[in-house]
Amino acid sequence: MLVLKTLDAMGPLHGFGIAMRIQQVSLDLLQLNQGTLYPALLRLVQRGWIASQWGVSENNRRAKYYSLTRVGRKQLAEEAESWGRMSAMINRVLGTS
Amino acid sequence: MREFFTTFVRRLAALFRRRRLEDDLDEELRSHLEMAVARNLGKGLSALDARREALRSFGGVEQTKETYRDQRGWPMIETTIADLRFGLRLLRRSPGFSILAILCLTLGIGANAAVFSWVEGILFRPYPAVTHQERLLALGGTALGEARGTPISWPDFLDLERSSTLFDAFFVTKIMGTTLSIGDRAEVTTGSIVSANYFDAIGVHPILGRGFVPGEDAGRNAHPVTVISYQLWKGRFKGDPQIIGKTQRLNNVVHTIVGVAPEGFYGTFVGWAMQFWVPASMEETFEAGGYKLEDRGARWIEAYVRLKPGVTPEQAQQEISAVAKRLESDFPDTNRGRGIKLWPLWQTPFNNAGTLLPTLETMLAVVVFVLLIACANVGNLLLVRSFARRHEMTVRLAIGAGRGRLLKQLFTEGLMLSAFGAVGGLLVAHWCRHALVVLFPARGGVAMHLPGEIDWRVLALSAGVCLVATLLLGLVPAIQTRKIDLAGALKSDLAGVVGGGGRAWVRSSLVVVQVSLSFVLLVGAGLLLESLEKIRNTSPGFSTRNVLDTAVNLVPAGYDAPRAQSFQDQLLDRVKALPGVEFAAFGRMTPLSYGSFSSTAIAVDGYQPPPEEQPTAEYNEVGPDYFATMGIPLLSGREFTRADDEKAALVAVVNQTMAAQYWRGKDPLGERVQVKGRWMQVVGVAKDSKYQSVRETPRPFFYVPLRQNFSRGAGLFIRTTLSPETMKTALAREVHALDGNLALYEVITLQEQVDRSTSPQRVAVTLVGVLGGLALLLAAIGLYGVMSYAVSESKRELGLRMALGAGAGNLLRLVLSRGLALTTGGMLLGMTVALGWARLLGNLLYKVSPRDPLAFGSALLIMTMAALAACLLPAWRAMRTDPARALRE
Repeated sequence: MLVLKTLDAMGPLHGFGIAMRIQQVSLDLLQLNQGTLYPALLRLVQRGWIASQWGVSENNRRAKYYSLTRVGRKQLAEEAESWGRMSAMINRVLGTS
Repeated sequence: MREFFTTFVRRLAALFRRRRLEDDLDEELRSHLEMAVARNLGKGLSALDARREALRSFGGVEQTKETYRDQRGWPMIETTIADLRFGLRLLRRSPGFSILAILCLTLGIGANAAVFSWVEGILFRPYPAVTHQERLLALGGTALGEARGTPISWPDFLDLERSSTLFDAFFVTKIMGTTLSIGDRAEVTTGSIVSANYFDAIGVHPILGRGFVPGEDAGRNAHPVTVISYQLWKGRFKGDPQIIGKTQRLNNVVHTIVGVAPEGFYGTFVGWAMQFWVPASMEETFEAGGYKLEDRGARWIEAYVRLKPGVTPEQAQQEISAVAKRLESDFPDTNRGRGIKLWPLWQTPFNNAGTLLPTLETMLAVVVFVLLIACANVGNLLLVRSFARRHEMTVRLAIGAGRGRLLKQLFTEGLMLSAFGAVGGLLVAHWCRHALVVLFPARGGVAMHLPGEIDWRVLALSAGVCLVATLLLGLVPAIQTRKIDLAGALKSDLAGVVGGGGRAWVRSSLVVVQVSLSFVLLVGAGLLLESLEKIRNTSPGFSTRNVLDTAVNLVPAGYDAPRAQSFQDQLLDRVKALPGVEFAAFGRMTPLSYGSFSSTAIAVDGYQPPPEEQPTAEYNEVGPDYFATMGIPLLSGREFTRADDEKAALVAVVNQTMAAQYWRGKDPLGERVQVKGRWMQVVGVAKDSKYQSVRETPRPFFYVPLRQNFSRGAGLFIRTTLSPETMKTALAREVHALDGNLALYEVITLQEQVDRSTSPQRVAVTLVGVLGGLALLLAAIGLYGVMSYAVSESKRELGLRMALGAGAGNLLRLVLSRGLALTTGGMLLGMTVALGWARLLGNLLYKVSPRDPLAFGSALLIMTMAALAACLLPAWRAMRTDPARALRE
């Protein structure tokens, strides 16, 4: 979901960019190995939520760019909504107890 | 769902574009790292630190690639492919091992597939061209006091058809022999009398002309039309395209050929190929005993039904039984005590399915044994190899392969072996599919047809067998790998001792199992062989030597009774005048032949049957001198003479059992018995003999003179010392001199007749014998393998023993006793199994106890000999151990 959200916000991006962005938005709280990103990206591609395409990076380097597909966008909306519901519920539960 | 599908497609695609995807992955990761390095450089780190930092925050590049690959394709499939490649290389590297293993499996699986294909082709799908065989059932009659099925009558059949609702079709098919005259040649062949709906009901469409049309099975002799078989059309009629409308004499009646059956259709009678079909209206031309279509008491037809879809055989039987009950009460004279029954095709009472059933059942058990033995053998071979591969396995485990992964590789290798075996086995089955016919004796005028059928069910079963084999094969080395201990595995100890060592137990127990299984087979073969001997040596109650048996069928030539009588008298006189002929006589039925004797209700003067009993007996119509010719002794009274003719008082000869049963020890001579409303005087008592089968128990039987109960179709029996061939020429000459249109049936000795009636037993003996021999060979190879391995493994021990002063004889004894210990263990196990299971042979055994000591004794002897032979070479090698060298190694 993090990846989907990133791509939604930033448009097509390569793996390194996604890794940087995630690190950034999570304020370096999420200290994952960047390598683990790639199998995850592949899984999303296989599910058809994102698409990949070779392109040229800002410093003229060949890189694979990932972009959100229509299905992916829908999926993101759904997940965001269910996450919202879920966290609202959890908040309520925590708030009342 | 869609997600699943796209994932599936992409992963599948990945399997085929490995190289490119791999390059992509490399480049993607490289570009990631370069970007990271560039960024770190921008932060002011040194080139070296920038790279180090980039790699650190990325994590392991190779691990990432590995996870990525696992996600990308199917690791399962990829490793399987790798395993297959590796397995193939292994097979190629040791061709001797591979060939031996694959041969063993080919034998095991091939024997199974062949027997499956026979079971399928003979019992379950016997009529390849016929549609919806799964809904076909055989229809026959039952009678009180009659264990086997009986034929049914045409009027009963019509009533059944009319009053039942659960069936798609009822159809009749009755096998009969006939004389086919083409040009001036007259030949005997086999055909079927069928109901008019026959071809429609079975879904077989003639390739030329038509089948029969409704109504062609009604009216006495009204429709002389015939459909001929493809073989007859191609063979005798040279594939004449203008055949439709031409005529053909069948039993001397001109029939119009209206159709040609398609290729590969052999009729609906297990075992024999039909050459032509005629509608039931022509019954009188082909069947002895006159016109029977309106006679409810004349039971002669054999029929099949096809159930409507979804109807169970039980429901169908209920409906049929209800109709039969009604027929019984409507027509008590003919139907009292009679029922109608449905049989599954594989139990059809009126063709060879029933006779072959016990044989095929036995075969199934036998081939499973052979398969187990073959698997044990291959397992043993694999085990030897797994010792050799212990090093490889240890290394794999050491560098991190999971045990599951190793097991998977071993199973893949097993699967490869058994797949090769399965392919070979199916080839074997394909070659053997007609082998069963070869084992059966040829009969004159009858084309035997016992095809194996290799269809998807046989393939599926073979695949199943193959899987089981794989599991068994994979299991053995798997047990072995479980015990690999990493630390100790570097040392390889060649210092085993003969018969010692914990890991030898798997191999030893495999050999014990092999020995026990082949011991069981040997016992089985022995028991069957003994029964066959017993059967052959059982006196059938008539002479089998020096009596020839043939037939001159007068129905075909259109003889009426008086003409037939004078013909028979003339022929008899001529035959008796031939040099070397002692006696000759006519008789309607030949004992132990395919046809069944007529059975009839009888009443006996002075015998009051209990209310539930309707006395019945079978009978034969025979001519003068029948008993002298056949060598059936008369206990009292006389036999028939020419004086017992139409004008004389009616007489009968009864057998011992009948005399004992109905006259209770009183001499029945001069007493009266009533048959079909006619009283006959008993003039003789004949010794019991065998009528239908050598294995039957004595039953009441009587004889009546041919002349007083005239039937035209008749067997001719000749007592002579001449050979059948010599006699045939002479006979043919005599018959031809009397009437050129008559065909002589084949001339055989009565011994031949007896042998033919025991063919299922002989087939069983042959097959069990052959397979038992194979099993013995496999077991011997297994034993040899174990012993020679044990010897080669314990060279040092042997050398040591020699150095300490053991003589060659001691070593010989050491190895032999070890081998014999295994064998004895196996034989003890086998004996237990055989004692428990031999009764399963029940039906095929005759006067032989399932615990017969002779069979067990000889199996013991043969097994021990084989074991000794198998141990001799390893023992010899042990004797020649060079102590100096063995100890140095």
